[in-house]
Amino acid sequence: MAGNIKISIRNLYKIFGVDPKAALEHVLSGTSKADLLKEHRHVLGLKDINVDMREGQITVIMGLSGSGKSTLIRHLNRLIEPTAGEVWVDGEEVLAYDEARLRKLRREVMSMVFQKFALLPHRTVAENSGTTLKVRGVAKRIYLGEASKWLDRVGLHGYGDHYPHQLSGGMQQRVGIARALTSNSPIMLMDEAFSALDPLIRTDMQDLLLELQTELRKTIVFITHDLDEALKLADRLVILKDGYVVQQGEPQHILLNPNDPYIEDFVSDINRARVLRVRSIMIPLNDGGIPPGAHGEVSFDDTLESIIARSGGDTSHTYVVMRDGMAVGKLEMTSLVKALVPRVASESGARNY
Amino acid sequence: MATYDFVFDGLGLRDWCDAGKTGEGLVSMADLLAKTGVIEESTIWNLPFPSLDQLNEACDSVAQSRDVTKGVEDGFLAAKDALRFVLDPLTQPLSWFLDGALLAFEAAPWWLMFPVLMAIVYYSSKSARLVVFVTICLAFLAFVDHYDHAMQTLAIIFVCALLCVLFGVPIGIAMSRSDRLQRMTIPVLDMLQTLPPFVYLIPLIFLFSVTEPKLYGIAIILYAIVPVIRLTDLGIRLVDKDVIEAADSFGMTDRQKLFGVQIPLALPNIMAGVNQTIMMSLAMVVIASLVSAPGLGVLVLRGIRNLELGVGLVSGLGIVLLAIILDRVTKAALDRVNAAQKH
Repeated sequence: MAGNIKISIRNLYKIFGVDPKAALEHVLSGTSKADLLKEHRHVLGLKDINVDMREGQITVIMGLSGSGKSTLIRHLNRLIEPTAGEVWVDGEEVLAYDEARLRKLRREVMSMVFQKFALLPHRTVAENSGTTLKVRGVAKRIYLGEASKWLDRVGLHGYGDHYPHQLSGGMQQRVGIARALTSNSPIMLMDEAFSALDPLIRTDMQDLLLELQTELRKTIVFITHDLDEALKLADRLVILKDGYVVQQGEPQHILLNPNDPYIEDFVSDINRARVLRVRSIMIPLNDGGIPPGAHGEVSFDDTLESIIARSGGDTSHTYVVMRDGMAVGKLEMTSLVKALVPRVASESGARNY
Repeated sequence: MATYDFVFDGLGLRDWCDAGKTGEGLVSMADLLAKTGVIEESTIWNLPFPSLDQLNEACDSVAQSRDVTKGVEDGFLAAKDALRFVLDPLTQPLSWFLDGALLAFEAAPWWLMFPVLMAIVYYSSKSARLVVFVTICLAFLAFVDHYDHAMQTLAIIFVCALLCVLFGVPIGIAMSRSDRLQRMTIPVLDMLQTLPPFVYLIPLIFLFSVTEPKLYGIAIILYAIVPVIRLTDLGIRLVDKDVIEAADSFGMTDRQKLFGVQIPLALPNIMAGVNQTIMMSLAMVVIASLVSAPGLGVLVLRGIRNLELGVGLVSGLGIVLLAIILDRVTKAALDRVNAAQKH
């Protein structure tokens, strides 16, 4: 199941302005974003985006404000129409859909969670949560039942008859998530869903999402400007800057091998011990032999932080890495310590923007 | 000699001017003064503006200002029959509604009307205090024998405000959806709102018979419909863009969006518009008593015409009480809507 490409974006361009088609010619012939704005008064929103999103995975699209990440996610359900390019979902070209087919996609295939919650203030929490089924014409008794099931699941048991303004921000976003889940769609789009919440609540919500995900295995596209959040949630990370993809791949890999000063600068602020995992820095055991003098066994998915705590800071230790009961590699504390230092001293020059 | 002779002489238009001389042109004040021998000296300080009348003095072919007002009047009178032919049948139902409502409000005995009104007040405001207040006000009006007039006024407002909402809300919705329609409608609304209320009556008197209720019905509706249109348009345009986007993302149709999201969220503004519309109909219904609208306005008019101070003041107080009742009840309903949609 997991691994099939669910959503595929091909050569996507978005230009804002009076005559985007004409401006696209300039972009294709190499005009930069700044020049396009200065000489042709068009804003280059997205430039040649190619991203594949796999079924059952969380794809996080990360970038600073203005990088085009919110624009990108709105192309998936065509809240924004692209200037050029293709969006494929389940092997179908979404941009070729007529209005009725597009509505079906929005109702049954993709549901969305918003940064500002966007709940209906005049409807109760249960009615809000059932909106996604109500628009399909489902009977009230059925959608309220379905809604209350998902409200229980996100930790809002007994709040169904409240109005949104009676709930805190974190609880309102739980309603937003319940609303998206009630639609039972295989794809969830989350546009900075946790950015408006305070840090502790945000951590709670991230845990909730991960917990739901282990059970539901939805295809989630998550937008954020927060690298810690991105690293925590992402199965796959796409980093956007000024409307183009700077780097994409497995988050641990990007953290260890940033290919751009922009990303190096980004990752330099991260608590690497908490994010990096043993699997990313271990040395694989090719012959299956357990190294002599190991100080113990550690798990494949342990964070480096937990290993440091375990070793008591002794850099001479070596551990055997276990995965599903098998020894798959060894971990030397010296390589662990090295991995904690960013590859390039990014303080020296990259912080120019 | 007129001040602006030189203009026409300079342009070589003297012949054309003289051709317009009929000899029986209207006599101006200046001509009369000239005959009495008083000749105004023309200096730079009393140089007249080159108005139509001044130019007419210099050149008889130029029209006088009174010809302009006469032209407007002739134009209206020429179009009158055609307008009447179209508008008369179209607006006839309004007469029926008003007649029907007046009949019903007058025919209903007071011991039936009081509980009905109390029930309506309670249903829309859910406030027992307001019900008591309204009952006291109505009882006072009835006690000083103004009950029948108050009911007539109420009947007219009921019909006119209802029709304002019935037409105004859809117009406002249409405006909120099309910028072009909004640009075209706003000048008309501005005009309707700023035109002095009496001016509405003048063309209507020519179009319809003064004995027909639709005459004042149209005047009231035209005057009072503006706020409900404006605030419906504004309310729908002010609906949170994020919520609209969410509605789109769930695949709502335009219809679902309008009735499920836009109108409910615009309701506080629409209700504020309805409140304004009711208050403006009340203002107009008093003026409309000039053209045979029944109700408290008739008494006010009697007070002015016959200098009956007491009659005028007491009926004026009656109008104030009616205004307070209508305002408090609609405001209470508005507050209830607002409370339900706090963010």
